[in-house]
Amino acid sequence: MKVRITVTLKPGVLDPQGKAIEHALASLGFTGVDAARVGKLIDLEVAEGTTDADLEAMCRKLLANTVIENFHIERA
Amino acid sequence: MNSTVIVFPGSNCDRDLAVAIRDVTGTAPHMIWHRETTLPDRIDLIALPGGFSYGDYLRSGAMAARSPIMRAVSDAADRGVPVIGICNGFQVLTETGLLPGALMRNAGQKFVCRDVMLSVENAQTAFTSRYEAGERIRIPVAHHDGNYFADRDTLDHLEGEGRIAFRYAEAVNGSQRDIAGILNAAGNVLGMMPHPERLIDPAQGGTDGRRLFEGLLETVG
Repeated sequence: MKVRITVTLKPGVLDPQGKAIEHALASLGFTGVDAARVGKLIDLEVAEGTTDADLEAMCRKLLANTVIENFHIERA
Repeated sequence: MNSTVIVFPGSNCDRDLAVAIRDVTGTAPHMIWHRETTLPDRIDLIALPGGFSYGDYLRSGAMAARSPIMRAVSDAADRGVPVIGICNGFQVLTETGLLPGALMRNAGQKFVCRDVMLSVENAQTAFTSRYEAGERIRIPVAHHDGNYFADRDTLDHLEGEGRIAFRYAEAVNGSQRDIAGILNAAGNVLGMMPHPERLIDPAQGGTDGRRLFEGLLETVG
């Protein structure tokens, strides 16, 4: 079974990489980009029967650092 | 003093740290590979070195924090054994949860590698007893992810409880409240981004880092 985990920085946490991308877009002439935030996407192939609780534990224990990041679990 | 330096794949300051400890204390530390599960019986100091453990995969320090030896390190820290994490070692300590907060990409996006001035904020710890409170010292930094972040409550607690050991006395990486090094609540775990082990001998251009190890020797024997 495929699972897609999206990890994003919490609102309010400074994202210098996102800022750099925002400025680079502006310098390429793309106006109207108000913000850019960079996250991570992790695709897992897990055994059938893996529970939501298992997936959430994986996120909390390793895949995301919940001090600074939120995560979103999506089953394919 | 019985000390140990934990070595992860990708550590690159482990030998500098071992030399500093040996030079100051007269005894070479045990070098312990990350796959070990136990520490020597009598241990007075555990040191986590700088570097790029596991290539900084996922997040700096994230993989190292889950390696087998870290369980033993956490247990020892809970028993009150002094633990110091320098640079990547600091990142590992936050990822382990032994210290609060997280170390993020430097605000300027650039790797910063130079000597910086620090202010000693708390000189009454096992790590800082040879410094004066408020003293300015010069210690090198070399990091890409040294931008300390924690929520306001955590920062207020750190400040109110004297758990900020060192602050940057100049702009370095965007760290909240200029934090360069913090302690756990019990005071036996220190994480700091600057590298005291790199300035312990006049031949290295200074000795401001040496007193950290001298203080440890004095306090923990």
